[in-house]
Amino acid sequence: MIILRLLNFVLIAVLAISVLPNRAMAELNLEIKDGVIEPMPFAVPDFVAENAAASEFATKLARVVAADLTGTGLFREIPKSAFISTVTNFNSPVQYADWKAINAQALIVGAVNAGSGGRVTVKFRLFDVFSGQQLGDGLQFGGTVNSWRRMAHKVADAAYSRITGEGKYFDSRVVFVSETGPKNARQKRLAIMDYDGANVKFLTDSRSIVLAPRFSPTGDRVLYTSYETGFPKIYVLDVATVGRRALADQPGTMTFAPRFSPDGQTVVYSLSAGGNTDIYRMQINGGTPVRLTSAPSIETAPSFSPDGRQIVFESDRSGSQQLYVMSANGGEARRISFGAGRYGTPVWSPRGDLVAFTKQNKGRFHIGVMRLDGEGERLLTASFLDEGPTWSPNGRVIMFMRETSGAGGAVSLYSVDITGRNLQRVKVEGGASDPAWSPLLK
Amino acid sequence: MTYLIKAIFIVGALGLGACTNPDHLSGNGNANGAGNGAGAGSNIPLDPASDPTSPVYFSQTIGDRVLFAVDTSTLTPEGRSTLTAQAGWLQANPEYAAIIEGHADEQGTRAYNLALGARRANAVQEFLLSQGIAANRLRTLTYGKERPIEVCSAESCYAKNRRAVTVISAGAGA
Repeated sequence: MIILRLLNFVLIAVLAISVLPNRAMAELNLEIKDGVIEPMPFAVPDFVAENAAASEFATKLARVVAADLTGTGLFREIPKSAFISTVTNFNSPVQYADWKAINAQALIVGAVNAGSGGRVTVKFRLFDVFSGQQLGDGLQFGGTVNSWRRMAHKVADAAYSRITGEGKYFDSRVVFVSETGPKNARQKRLAIMDYDGANVKFLTDSRSIVLAPRFSPTGDRVLYTSYETGFPKIYVLDVATVGRRALADQPGTMTFAPRFSPDGQTVVYSLSAGGNTDIYRMQINGGTPVRLTSAPSIETAPSFSPDGRQIVFESDRSGSQQLYVMSANGGEARRISFGAGRYGTPVWSPRGDLVAFTKQNKGRFHIGVMRLDGEGERLLTASFLDEGPTWSPNGRVIMFMRETSGAGGAVSLYSVDITGRNLQRVKVEGGASDPAWSPLLK
Repeated sequence: MTYLIKAIFIVGALGLGACTNPDHLSGNGNANGAGNGAGAGSNIPLDPASDPTSPVYFSQTIGDRVLFAVDTSTLTPEGRSTLTAQAGWLQANPEYAAIIEGHADEQGTRAYNLALGARRANAVQEFLLSQGIAANRLRTLTYGKERPIEVCSAESCYAKNRRAVTVISAGAGA
């Protein structure tokens, strides 16, 4: 292993929580701690088109890779206009001096080949310019013409992961609720898109109110709540075929707030009967529902731990909305939120170390994170209405919905790093709410 | 007692215009109540708002909704009085059933507001049951914060959105 030091990357931890692995895997080493002071400069020249049919992808691929990396807030792209070298052959030696001269710390070189049968092949290499070394092996991805953006995301994922030591997350999707119309007559449809807002596809029409979709652990199915029968009820939808079915339920009850267990076999959800809302679990393919809470208070918004053994949920049993953790089989629950205000919509992080939540305090809404022992609470956002966090597959980024106030209230998706930096609006046309991030695609 | 209430409301209804409300059935219930139908040979249709057996009369004159304080499902004295009148109407019009919708204002998270709406709808249902309305005529439904009627982000609107609405439907029992 080559040990490289990038002295001009001085990273300072200013806050108490270190949410990152202690060890960085890569040598071109950008260890993300709270308070990174300067993004790492990188260059990604247009990919080399290895045949005529591939030329249409050469620029587009590089643009998506650059957008992924700069979108993290951890990287800064050096514009093409500053380049001294051009890259015309994927296998030519890199002119390190030319890239050093423009202070490109990392260089991503790619090539694309469009073969017969609508197949596209993308290759890439990552270079640590200042040490004059290739970082990791070159990689190659293949797919259909229509999946060219996924290949760009895979290149960016590999570069991001090698440099930061973090898990990948760009090659992922988000299911959400697309909203149109005025506040008192909103039309809602389920929709799915790439994590960056591209390739939006609708999964339902707007005839019924739909709420809070959630991905299965493999991303192939979505649980959601619909008013299709006139009453809120849980459905499971196959993403590929858009076929859907209602989960078995008890007559006269209302069900909502479903989530999958990590093995994809079980659904945990809320059921309202006689005005009381409790948490239940059920096999996705049917069977007898198991009641996990039985209190006269509201118990809802359950979310499994990554190992499937515990559930974090919200309850107003103390008199106000707070967060609790219990066994996945129910039983005694331990309260974990004790700060001022109300806490709801807890979501266990994929790393298992944190829970993200919505907090209401003094007329404002916040997205925050805390550890599972309730310590280390940190509010990442504040606005009139921020709600419903969802984790990126690597547990570094949180997406949520933000609604503006008043009659013209507009709802949008935002993302924020778990350090609280890099708050960004996700570029989706029209209103969007209730995001749920998929696992990393295969 | 029931007659007295009806009589008062009939008088009150005369002064009301036929305003429409998006929450309500708008006159699609059978307006030809016994003894109040237009006489044979008359071509003047009966205004459902003045027919005390019509769902429109229920929503406009009896009052189809009760309001709640922030994050509560406790019935107010005004709410109880409205619900007493609703129970009277339901007693007098046994051919109708009702769906009770619980709603919340926007100051809350989605799932919590669904649960809160369910509590509010249930509070109304419990009251109507206590007044002798048969359980098979009533069903509850929560909309949480999905269907506000007022759209401003101020207490004046929130107060109207924190509501339970009794929506009359044809046919008794589900």
